[in-house]
Amino acid sequence: MTNFTQDVTESLPGPDDIYREVLSNGITVLTRSNFNSPSVVVAGNLDAGALFDPDEKLGLADFVTSALMRGTKKRSFDKIYSELESVGASLGFSSGVHKSGFNGRSLAEDLPLLLMLLSESLTQPSFPKAEMEKLRAQLLTGLSIRAQDTSDMASMLFDEILFRGHPYSRPEDGKPETVKRITRDDLMRFHRDHYGPRGMVIALVGAVRADEAVRQVKRVFGGWQVKGQKEPPELPSLKLLKKTASKIHRIAGKSQSDLVIGTNGPKRLDPEFMSATLGNNILGQFGMMGRIGDVVREKSGLAYYAYSSLSAGIGPGSWEVSAGVNPQNVKKASDLIIDELKRFVQEGVSTDELSDSKANFIGRLPLSLESNGGVANALLNIERYDLGLDYYRHYAGLVNEINNEDVLNTARKFIDPDKLAIAVAGP
Amino acid sequence: MAPAELINLTENHLTQTTLSNGLKVLLKEIHTAPIISSWLWYRVGSRDEVQGRTGISHWVEHMQFKGTPQFPSNVLDKAISREGGTWNAFTYMDWTAYFETMPANKIDLALRLESDRMINSQFDANEVASERTVIISEREGSENEPLFLLGEAIQQAAFRIHPYHHEVIGDMADLHTITRDDLYSHYRAFYVPNNAVMAVAGDFDTQSMLTRIRELFEPIPSGNEPARLARDEPVQKGEVRLSVEGPGSTTYVQVCYRFPSASHPDFFPLSVLDSLLAGPSNLNMFSGGISNKTSRLYRALVDKEFAVSIHGGAQATIDPFLYSITMTVHPKRKPEEALGALDKEIQRIKEEKVAKEEITRAIKQARALFAYGSENITNQGFWLGYAEMFENYEWFQTYLDKLAAVTAKDIQRVANQYFKTQQRVVGTYVPLG
Repeated sequence: MTNFTQDVTESLPGPDDIYREVLSNGITVLTRSNFNSPSVVVAGNLDAGALFDPDEKLGLADFVTSALMRGTKKRSFDKIYSELESVGASLGFSSGVHKSGFNGRSLAEDLPLLLMLLSESLTQPSFPKAEMEKLRAQLLTGLSIRAQDTSDMASMLFDEILFRGHPYSRPEDGKPETVKRITRDDLMRFHRDHYGPRGMVIALVGAVRADEAVRQVKRVFGGWQVKGQKEPPELPSLKLLKKTASKIHRIAGKSQSDLVIGTNGPKRLDPEFMSATLGNNILGQFGMMGRIGDVVREKSGLAYYAYSSLSAGIGPGSWEVSAGVNPQNVKKASDLIIDELKRFVQEGVSTDELSDSKANFIGRLPLSLESNGGVANALLNIERYDLGLDYYRHYAGLVNEINNEDVLNTARKFIDPDKLAIAVAGP
Repeated sequence: MAPAELINLTENHLTQTTLSNGLKVLLKEIHTAPIISSWLWYRVGSRDEVQGRTGISHWVEHMQFKGTPQFPSNVLDKAISREGGTWNAFTYMDWTAYFETMPANKIDLALRLESDRMINSQFDANEVASERTVIISEREGSENEPLFLLGEAIQQAAFRIHPYHHEVIGDMADLHTITRDDLYSHYRAFYVPNNAVMAVAGDFDTQSMLTRIRELFEPIPSGNEPARLARDEPVQKGEVRLSVEGPGSTTYVQVCYRFPSASHPDFFPLSVLDSLLAGPSNLNMFSGGISNKTSRLYRALVDKEFAVSIHGGAQATIDPFLYSITMTVHPKRKPEEALGALDKEIQRIKEEKVAKEEITRAIKQARALFAYGSENITNQGFWLGYAEMFENYEWFQTYLDKLAAVTAKDIQRVANQYFKTQQRVVGTYVPLG
């Protein structure tokens, strides 16, 4: 509009408005102020993911994250949540493969309380016996609900096929038999071995000044020291598929089947990451779910959702196409998707398609960084992959560097339509 | 319309006016980020559908993405995405809404698109045919979910006369038989400017924005005021219990009480009651809520292991709808035991006055949720138009004050008046393994 008041690039987080400090115990603090709303987000992570789980106790890291707020040395479960909910704040923990993370928010006036509860949960959980059994029943119910979810089961099966023999093949929330085996001692040991300040990152975004934010973090975390915090294990190498492998998981009585077809993708720090992301956007995101959506949904009317996604992190990634279809249409939809993958690696993308996706990536950035939560994620992303505080200011340049050939070469490097993992869950 | 007729509400930078064709316009300048969110709301939803046409409002919403002569279907979504925008639409019982959130200097595309598809959508027969199977697939996906199946059965049992009787997605039978002409007639009847509200929030100058909206929307002729169904649900005389059987190993119990319309004064004491019982229902569309682990029902049901989770849901509707309490039953318990524990808590709130602190706490929770919601422009755009669908924007502006005026006596009164056993529906999802 006429009153386009701010230069877009300048509105993105950058070195002049992100403050970063590493505390003496190893915790990295990142902050960015935003006084437009009286609220604040606190998010972060530590090296305590499911990678550390023994096979027979899969779900341990996840159990620990669910247990941290069930009681601390100072407060009961009810007391912790009572303090939190009474001020409309929220705090939660979750585990991924490499990291366990936390995410909380409150009105700015309640930030000290939020940080105190975060610190108590991370540093002094007491894993009360009775609470642990209640929690176990809840986790097991969650797993029986998962067993009925065609989308969850298709994704799990896909990871089993694609990452066979690799820790990425395992579901982080475990399996009923492994969750049943986890003892209170296991939880306490896992916490003792893996929770500590080294490698921890915390981002604070919202209505608080940087110096004040850091002061508050220091007050609750500055004295935290843990001896013998274990190093994350090395990732084994991945065995690539030699030919297409398909598996079907039956869930009786369902009306729809979920389908995941895909292959390996780049790591976040691989040079192909940006060209793969742009290519993926064209393949199964842009507009209403890209080429995949066009063929499966718009032209054939086979599915309400059909899209592709790229998952790129520390280790080998995945590049997958997902769709929910009538059980009778599984074959038809799979054939259409595989044809699109073939076209993608044979012909690549057009100049128009690529320029559309580039404009999309650059244009949508301010939107994704609008809320405090969006900025906090961006700061954690910068830190995790060492992208530099000016990453988002340079982002447009990184996007614009990519050409058609880059996208084609990347597609050919990762996608072989004769070596796909295909997972189906349905009736 | 003369500038004198613009109403500047008390809140800064908020302007509302009605164009000569009846389109209501609300504009709120927010200069925190170079973003604008534009929302167009139509007063049409599943409550405007009769048997044989259920699901038609939602299907029309899908067809609105299928193109006009000016913006053919393959052009529309690409145009928005190319500019870095995001867009979507929602069909609800009472309304249908379309939004675009764009970089501020690109918003004109959204305005042109919405004015165009208010009147020029084509409803091509081939597109209708392919969308039929997409929507059937959407419904089949929902049918995979036990709570969808249970919720649908409860709604049908709770509303025999009122059109809240069916799900927004519609009945499968109708999804097979609705025709292109049915869809087009529904579109023409309800998509008229005098049945719509345009709400724009973000980084713009009000005068320029209003001028542009007039240029684009005022030439669209007003239509006949669409007649909305007015079939009041008679008073329920006796508790209804039902069960739905299906795959799985988890039992769910959902208990639904009658709830007043959002414009009814009792909505506010009931909102406080919802907060105390099950944690606050979240009025933000683009910002998550908070946990409910110290709500009364969590303590009585989950802590005591009758259930593994509990969720309460109040919705702001035009006509009286339902307040639902959903319990995932603990594997060691029978559904009747969970229901018994719930009934004790409901009885307690009817008999004992709540403490002042509990009310204060509910207000603080609501205040925090408002602050979270105001972090993003899209959510602010949503608020502007949303309350217009059942009341007006002032409903939001005075929301916290109305909660603050609630007394312990009010809460006891509404608990007794609305949480009546003989006027509830209890549904159980029975897993067959």
